Amino acid sequence: MFIECKHVWAYISDYLDDSLSPETKDLVQRHLEHCEICSAILDSTRNIVVLTADDQVFELPLGFSERLHARVSEEIRSKPVQPREDAG
Amino acid sequence: MALSFMKNESDAEDVAQEAFLKAFRKLADFRRSAKFSTWLISVTLKEARGRLRRRGIVRMESLDESAAESGHISPPLLRDWREVPSEALERQEVRQTLQDAIANLSPLYREVLLLRDVEGLSIEETATTLAVTAGTAKVRLHRARMMMQKELAPKLKNTSPRRRWFQCL
Repeated sequence: MFIECKHVWAYISDYLDDSLSPETKDLVQRHLEHCEICSAILDSTRNIVVLTADDQVFELPLGFSERLHARVSEEIRSKPVQPREDAG
Repeated sequence: MALSFMKNESDAEDVAQEAFLKAFRKLADFRRSAKFSTWLISVTLKEARGRLRRRGIVRMESLDESAAESGHISPPLLRDWREVPSEALERQEVRQTLQDAIANLSPLYREVLLLRDVEGLSIEETATTLAVTAGTAKVRLHRARMMMQKELAPKLKNTSPRRRWFQCL
């Protein structure tokens, strides 16, 4: 049994997440073995997913931590922590 | 995540700081059945959604979503797209192109992509955070990834035309 390119495209995301059933995964893999176009689409999508994941690290704006600490400190001052009922 | 949602640093900082404060106030609501980071992300998501809704941005974009969802996304037919991710990310223009592509996704798809591919949540965690089924999260993720591929593959390929493309994974 073979599947067409457009069907392979519908499976690309699940294929990358390895969440296809073994039967469907096998069908997709056999298609990829002989289809250069779908292989390139898979490679490009996979690499864009990798690039997207790499993008999660970035520098915080200057002074972000100081501003956050100031707001949290203000919050603590304005609303003192109540003792827990089960404490003691 | 806040930056990808709000599209400018000042608004993103407001969202992130407010989310931290709300999380601090609601710390008692945190359930240990979820990861703390996942809970904090969901608080940030709600804060960003709330701000965009108040500005009317979500309402306008959701009209675009309904039209987009009915359409079919065909990936560009490229051969030999085999970039090296770590090397590519070193180039600022690639990073900017990537951020622009994420920012240009409609909220429905930007949310799922940020949670799954940027924050690294599982499909189940992503679905729970978005209050949808895992099946819905998968469908949205697939469409988001294909939109990214359609937008970025031709651009990233052109950033280094003389590079020898090869498969790295």
